[in-house]
Amino acid sequence: MRHTISVLVENKFGVLSRISGLFSGRGYNIESLSVGETIDPQISTMTIVTTGDDQIIEQITKQLNKLIDVIKVTDMTELEHVEREMVLVKIAPRQEDKPEVLNIAEIFRGRIVDSSQKTYTIEITGDEKKIEAFIELMKPMGIKEFVRTGKVAISREGVRKK
Amino acid sequence: MKMTGSEIIIESLRREGVKHIFGYPGGVVLNIFDALYDTKDVQLILTRHEQGAIHAADGYARATGKAGVALVTSGPGATNTVTGIATACMDSIPLVVLSGQVPTMLIGNDAFQEADIVGITRPCTKYNYLVKDVNELSKIIREAFHIATTGRPGPVLIDLPKDVTTAKTEFHWPHIDVRSYKPTYEGNKYMITQSAHLIAKAKKPVIIAGGGVISSGAAKELHEFAELTRIPVAMTLMGLGGFPGTHDLSLGMLGMHGTYYANRTVQDSDLLIAIGMRFDDRVTGKIDAFAPHAKIIHIDIDPTSIRKNVRVDIPIVGDVRRVLTVLNKILKEEIQEQWEEVRKAWLKQVEAWKAERPMTYTWSDEVIKPQFVVEKIYELTKGDAIIATEVGQNQMWAAQFYKYDKPRTWLSSGGLGTMGYGFPAAIGAQLAHPGKLVIDIAGDGSIQMNIQELATAIVNKLPVKVAILNNRYLGMVRQWQELFFNERYSYSHLDVTPDFVEVARAYGALGLRATKPSEVEPVLKEAFRVKKPVFMDFVIDWKEKVFPMVPAGAPIDHMLFEETEKKGEKKLKAVK
Repeated sequence: MRHTISVLVENKFGVLSRISGLFSGRGYNIESLSVGETIDPQISTMTIVTTGDDQIIEQITKQLNKLIDVIKVTDMTELEHVEREMVLVKIAPRQEDKPEVLNIAEIFRGRIVDSSQKTYTIEITGDEKKIEAFIELMKPMGIKEFVRTGKVAISREGVRKK
Repeated sequence: MKMTGSEIIIESLRREGVKHIFGYPGGVVLNIFDALYDTKDVQLILTRHEQGAIHAADGYARATGKAGVALVTSGPGATNTVTGIATACMDSIPLVVLSGQVPTMLIGNDAFQEADIVGITRPCTKYNYLVKDVNELSKIIREAFHIATTGRPGPVLIDLPKDVTTAKTEFHWPHIDVRSYKPTYEGNKYMITQSAHLIAKAKKPVIIAGGGVISSGAAKELHEFAELTRIPVAMTLMGLGGFPGTHDLSLGMLGMHGTYYANRTVQDSDLLIAIGMRFDDRVTGKIDAFAPHAKIIHIDIDPTSIRKNVRVDIPIVGDVRRVLTVLNKILKEEIQEQWEEVRKAWLKQVEAWKAERPMTYTWSDEVIKPQFVVEKIYELTKGDAIIATEVGQNQMWAAQFYKYDKPRTWLSSGGLGTMGYGFPAAIGAQLAHPGKLVIDIAGDGSIQMNIQELATAIVNKLPVKVAILNNRYLGMVRQWQELFFNERYSYSHLDVTPDFVEVARAYGALGLRATKPSEVEPVLKEAFRVKKPVFMDFVIDWKEKVFPMVPAGAPIDHMLFEETEKKGEKKLKAVK
């Protein structure tokens, strides 16, 4: 099963390497990883998406906790949480498809962040399902380039997971 | 007063109570070595190879419980310690390794003798540091000792760029608090109480004691627990000495080369109390068939050890000594069981297994059996010695035929299985315990991996004894080839081994040889009598194998014995 794990770490050089080394050294897979400073510049948050059965996920969270630079590990999948990912898509549509592209972008609340004679660059933010749906619709339109940030996640307050 | 980085290092070591460090100089650590020159209370033992230094520091740590310290130069000096660091990491041994590094300005430039040792050792240290600012130095050293020696112990490396060792600053000794490192020492009381009830209900319980018993100093508490509840104790390789090998409740070692009765007891048990151990594959054999009827209580300070390899019914994260203290109290105060009576039937069964297949070997009048040498060492020392081993057959015979009654008297590379470990480790242990008899039980292959350290022993007047069980083969490899590779002895015959007696003499040590069983005792007596390092060359039966043996991947009660092997029933194949 896929898990989104949020890790608070000391913002020091080498920490990313310790975390990625933990995954590679034990044969665990990282599907996506995003890192950024928190309000406290000495602390960073890493959001890691990984897959594994319960035993593997338990080992991953324990092993992460064991790293000296790791302050806190939260398996978001066990909590009610909000996930977001941002994607930038550069599309080179045929002339006749241009209105459709703009239409779809609007439906998905995308923003055109760059345009040229032949291309649009669209920014889309959302959870995984939304992103996947948008990409599916855009594929026939001629995706030229495509980058995604990887997921970030935050827990929801006052809600217990059923 | 301002001090240089090098002086700060020495002062910090002094404040950490370090008396001895093991090391080897080189370009970028010359400033540190210069500072050591005038230092009286921190003594450096110059080894002949950095691998010797790191294993000696490890042996020192295992024999004392304190952190072992090594100091080496950058590049090859640092990379030569990697095997020893990985050895210590696998066995949870506290080390602080100080490695020189090229000046900060040059890092990443492929400078002379530059190696990214922080990157290289990241997966085999508990933690490591690159010091970039001399003002951080004392704090980092203090943290390093704290991290190395607390929680589940392990090696910590500090990489010291040359400019940091020359830069000056005021010395300070700050209070440290690593906010992201808070080991759990106290076990969960509810879980411990549950364990006590499970123990009271169990009909066929067994304890498996591992290295955690030794590192947490819990031998006394384990002894009390086992005697109180009358539960037999099997030990892992790392756990030897954690419970007296001479005790009637001792089952000796379990696992691949464990005793028949230890493995049978574990496989038949209905409750397994795993204490400070991690269910290594050499202990469990085929994991699905391991202790199939048993509920498992697992006590360990490292949460990742729990449920890593086996299912666990009651996990207890905590310091083994503290958990056992609470458990003993609960058992005494809340559960008043007639333990003697309750255990009668089970212990009778265990005794029957002991009688059925005790640890034996076939005696010979002509040729020396290695087990006989180990037995004789035990008999002559009355168990009052520190035994280090190399890796392979020598290690297994030393584990099987010597009875370890006290913790920290058995020094052996368990997890990594490092040949060349024993001799330098024995040197480290001898330095820590000058009055003790320290013996390295070695093979002719292993001893050649760090034989140069004989010079270290001579120069420092460390009268380490090395008993070489010389079969002219890499014996364990040969054994596997005989049993599982149709006797195709691919590159396991050493052909020419040096004359160890002459080697000893060349270094200024004493060399002795025994080729007949009758010569074993006189050689050992002479070796133990003289006050200098001795190499004893025991020319043993090269065909001798380690039994019992569980083929890799088989359940641990599928054991191969000497006599079944002789009857030609040996074709128990290794399970892939």
